[in-house]
Amino acid sequence: MSGYVIRRKVGEQPLWQHGSPLLGRLDIELTERCDNDCVHCCICLPEHDEDARRREMSTAELQAVLTQAAALGALSVRFTGGEPLIRDDFEELYLFARRLGLKVMLFTNARGVTPEIADLLARVPPLELVEVSVYGMSAQTCESATRCRGSYEEFRRGVELLLERGVRFVVKGALLPGLAGEVAEFEAWAATLPAMDKPPGYSMFFDLRGRREGGGSAAEPPAVGCDVERRNETIRRARLSPADGVRFLTRDRERYLKDMREFCSKFMRPPGDKLFSCGAGHGACVDAYGAVQACLPLRAPQTTVSLRGGSGGGGEGGSAAEPPAAASAAFDTARLRYALTEAFPRLRETRATNPEYLRRCAVCFLKGLCEQCPAKSWAESGTLDTPVEYLCEVAHEQARDLRLLEPGERAWEIEDWKVRVERI
Amino acid sequence: MSIALEDVYKPSEDVVAREIEGEIIIVPLVAGIGDMEDELFTLNDTGKAIWDKLDGQRSLADVVTALSPKFAAEDGTIQRDVLALVAALVARKLLTRA
Repeated sequence: MSGYVIRRKVGEQPLWQHGSPLLGRLDIELTERCDNDCVHCCICLPEHDEDARRREMSTAELQAVLTQAAALGALSVRFTGGEPLIRDDFEELYLFARRLGLKVMLFTNARGVTPEIADLLARVPPLELVEVSVYGMSAQTCESATRCRGSYEEFRRGVELLLERGVRFVVKGALLPGLAGEVAEFEAWAATLPAMDKPPGYSMFFDLRGRREGGGSAAEPPAVGCDVERRNETIRRARLSPADGVRFLTRDRERYLKDMREFCSKFMRPPGDKLFSCGAGHGACVDAYGAVQACLPLRAPQTTVSLRGGSGGGGEGGSAAEPPAAASAAFDTARLRYALTEAFPRLRETRATNPEYLRRCAVCFLKGLCEQCPAKSWAESGTLDTPVEYLCEVAHEQARDLRLLEPGERAWEIEDWKVRVERI
Repeated sequence: MSIALEDVYKPSEDVVAREIEGEIIIVPLVAGIGDMEDELFTLNDTGKAIWDKLDGQRSLADVVTALSPKFAAEDGTIQRDVLALVAALVARKLLTRA
């Protein structure tokens, strides 16, 4: 008799018999502001940046976005930031989303987890694991990353509240010098957390800030409160060297090689001149100011669709993605559908024109190892198709470690790459 | 708990039922319904047809009557299906008595 009602795990079985919905999940950046000031972060604006706060989507606008996401068939929404918990209306938005039948994935540093929020997450569970970012296992290491006194205490208290209330969460680390010296301690602690069924993931090859100086419109305001160049310099200093990064990735060599054999057999090939070979644009993200993006890091104004209307990207060449009728300044969530059905499919057809990209990236078989993508190119150079040297070096370091390349070889010059991939 | 034909049932306020691409997706709202992340409930075609009639107004007997013209089933089959589905939904806390 239980065949009438079927318990389903999303992802394990196809949910849809008659075609999948237009939108599976919506990512929403509730704010760019954060109560931390992490050295490696490509987003965070100061918590009390009043200008940023004023420009953020209102509660009503966010509720309209959530309603539209549900209408387009989304099963889940990711609340990220900045730090989503610093919004005064977080609980209201969370409950609104859950009452729409959306599961909520929450990315947080846990500092803002109060007893009330922990109770709420326990009573009305998000149905997705909360993801908590960890910057250190002591006040000294954590706060050398967050640059906020007291942040470690608050993080530990937040995590304790989640544990006490039985809210299931996973942790992930930012591989900065502090945490890098505490990996064993971090992973031992992580293994004690009920929802951790594998070792934590790490961010380590940090992105530069995706909002570029001078880019500005209603949907893509200039980064007030954040000196872009200064922040990018700080991020560059926080990055691991390619050699150190690869050393960390290969610390469990046997497991790494096993994973890479499988991975490389599937994903190593030259990408050609089509810029989007990832999932960007198959779903959607909405930034704190109502710009619909093809993926979270891709801030290039010409690739976004503003829910607030206006002339779109502006400032940096205008927006090719905007619908022609977007002249009014009214907040219109129908533009989310437009982004998914018209602007993003068009965007995904974009081809590289930069000769350097065509000479190197388009014919490079390390695509599977390399994080080069339009978003990262935009953050580094202000175009969608400029090779990112740091990521190129990281990929080559990894390839040399895997014996895919000999010292001095450049991957885009290798003709027998298929044979080399098979040899791993 | 026994399920009787004269009883009236409605979707629990502790779940949200959504129709997406022709599928009924029942999403738990409060703790204690789905056990894990990523857990949802769907209904098969028979279940969906019955669910649509469980509006807190009709008795289960009315639901059987309303479904009879739609399904060319043997005598008693629809009634058995309705009672079985309601029992399954009640057991999972997806349905409550109105």
